[in-house]
Amino acid sequence: MDTQVKKKPGLKEKYRHMTRGLDWQTSYQSMDKVFPFAEFEGIKIHDWDKWEDPFRLTMDAYWKYQAEKERKLYAIIDAFVQNNGHLKVTDARYINTLKLFLTGVSPLEYMAHRGFAHVGRQFPGVGPRVACQMQSLDELRHVQTQIHTISNYNKYYNGMHDFRHMHDRLWYLSVPKSFFDDAVTAGPFEFMVAIGFSFEYVLTNLLFVPFMSGAAFNGDMSTVTFGFSAQSDEARHMTLGLEVIKFILEQDPANLPIVQKWIDKWTWRGVRVLTLVAMMMDYMLPKRVMSWKEAWEIYFEQNGGALFKDLARYGITMPKCIETINKEKDHLSHQAWAVFYNYGGAAAFHTWMPDAEEMDWLSSKYPDTFDKYYRPRFEYWREQEAKGNRFYNMTLPMLCQTCQIPMFFTVPGDPSKIAYHESHYSGDKYHFCSEHCKEIFDDEPEKYVQAWLPVHQIFQGNCFKPDADPTAADFNPLAEVLRYYNINFGHDNLDFNGSDDQKNFDLWRGMATQNQTGESA
Amino acid sequence: MSVHAFKPYPARVMDGQDKFHGNQVLYVGWVDHLMFCAPLAFALAPDFPFGDLIKNVLPGAYSYHPDFAQIDWSAVQWYKSGVPFTPRLEESLVQNGLGHKDLITFVSPGLTGIKGTCS
Amino acid sequence: MASTVFLALQANEDTRLIIEAIMEDNPQAELHEYPAMVKIDSAGPLTIRRVSVEEKIGRDWDLQELHLNLISLSGHIDETEDEMILAWAE
Repeated sequence: MDTQVKKKPGLKEKYRHMTRGLDWQTSYQSMDKVFPFAEFEGIKIHDWDKWEDPFRLTMDAYWKYQAEKERKLYAIIDAFVQNNGHLKVTDARYINTLKLFLTGVSPLEYMAHRGFAHVGRQFPGVGPRVACQMQSLDELRHVQTQIHTISNYNKYYNGMHDFRHMHDRLWYLSVPKSFFDDAVTAGPFEFMVAIGFSFEYVLTNLLFVPFMSGAAFNGDMSTVTFGFSAQSDEARHMTLGLEVIKFILEQDPANLPIVQKWIDKWTWRGVRVLTLVAMMMDYMLPKRVMSWKEAWEIYFEQNGGALFKDLARYGITMPKCIETINKEKDHLSHQAWAVFYNYGGAAAFHTWMPDAEEMDWLSSKYPDTFDKYYRPRFEYWREQEAKGNRFYNMTLPMLCQTCQIPMFFTVPGDPSKIAYHESHYSGDKYHFCSEHCKEIFDDEPEKYVQAWLPVHQIFQGNCFKPDADPTAADFNPLAEVLRYYNINFGHDNLDFNGSDDQKNFDLWRGMATQNQTGESA
Repeated sequence: MSVHAFKPYPARVMDGQDKFHGNQVLYVGWVDHLMFCAPLAFALAPDFPFGDLIKNVLPGAYSYHPDFAQIDWSAVQWYKSGVPFTPRLEESLVQNGLGHKDLITFVSPGLTGIKGTCS
Repeated sequence: MASTVFLALQANEDTRLIIEAIMEDNPQAELHEYPAMVKIDSAGPLTIRRVSVEEKIGRDWDLQELHLNLISLSGHIDETEDEMILAWAE
């Protein structure tokens, strides 16, 4: 008998069979009923078949490689836990970056999972649906692995015990939360441009590299390992984001102004959220990697430059907020840290003033601005702390309606003056930190007038536990708000100096490295 | 409606004055004193006397700063959304033209923060 | 002038020879070493060739095994079983 040996299908062909080959045009219901969100945003797609799969990872290969990465990751996490790896970090101040990450970033990974699951159903094209479904799984894996990694620190240090509850309530966590809420409540195409492209391609290196390098430089092997494990997924996410942009722009020239508007909006919204990273890099890492300014120059100005040069052939231009960001980059981290120092009583992580050596590093990285504008107030605060008069701002701040950040941003070009912008809508006033946040509001006011602004919600009495009694004689509204936040007063908040974290870390590290006399513990 | 939505989208205003239990929101910024990182937010009754704002509210918010005790209130310049205005101290917020979510800033001449750095 | 693409990989025993293969196949590429990672920058397209890696590691190698150690990259990707090419459109 003549057996014909068929040639094994190549990668492209195999991938096509497993994706296009399994797709069909619906006949029992019309396609636009099955995909109801495909057109309302005004994006025109004429031929979904023109989609080019960025990575051709079939499900069997996906499972194989993801499983391998999981096995490696959990082996390292186990070793880290068994060896009390938490005591190898530079000093316990570093751990506050993990608190910020768990409460601020990990819940966003979960929302990314939800968002990609949604668009992974809603795109009429099978190629992007498959890619989005895989990204949805990746994002779920990221939130899980982040929680696992940081759970070890939760055993020993404060502020991480209720990250999910805090993400939905705390004044500074509404910043990342509202960013993602804005994205997942947009249509599928805006979501892809916002998250798949602007966040995962343009800005991702400004979130991940600082946190992961920060972990590497400060002896946190578990977070480094999580970072590496996630990064290879991120490479797939980046290529998906880039392919989406290319595909949309090649389908119809009428898509260009819509896409440009989204790139402008989401680059700005993303950079505003990255304020937290800027301050983390410059103020919260005992061993610093590089300055925020340097990171911006490498990861956006250089890398982003090449990207936008490539996209210029479609008519895409650099986001127009770049000029503002350039003027802010010498000031952002200092002003942001000052906010958290002001409101250190209401944060679920510790704050502190940099010491003399750290201030010298800041001077060297910010020669035009640190000594002139920021050193004087930081030295004053340090002096006051030494006298037992540590500054805590006890009055709630004004927030920007769009980015929800306290209105601390100064006029680009004049760092002595707060920047104010206003809009009127339907008989009410709204305030913004910048022309860019104002523009986002003005474009879709119905969306942003429903922002859950933490300060206003507190004034409305919505931030108390059910058993709080405002009529009681000793009612302390700020203390009740902290209770609502599930912040353990005196343990999760206030200055690093004098904290449980500081005392415990020093005690345990001492035990790990010195011999104890007397009775065993 | 300008929001890009799949179906008609009701504008739900989260911060309408009716939600503040009889109060209105007022924002206050002390110019050139960035030790206070952002303008402050207060919930006050519309008939709250402006003079009481200066006497009873601002000290609790600002007295940590060494400049505060030096302020000559008769020389202070007031602005509403950047436009100069002269408050009548015996009159209320509303009588002074200050409505819900209005912003006032004030300059204390000669006082420019820690070591004159506007901090 | 061509825009720079880059490929960032974990630096470990698995990638040591992969990196060698890439650098030999791409004379225009520059290698930058950092703690636990390397970044390969290339003005112009960067090609990762399966056969070159197999010759060095002495076993059959699936190009998609790169996912185990990949950190980041830039540029458009063209992927087959034999080659992965990173490039910006000119």
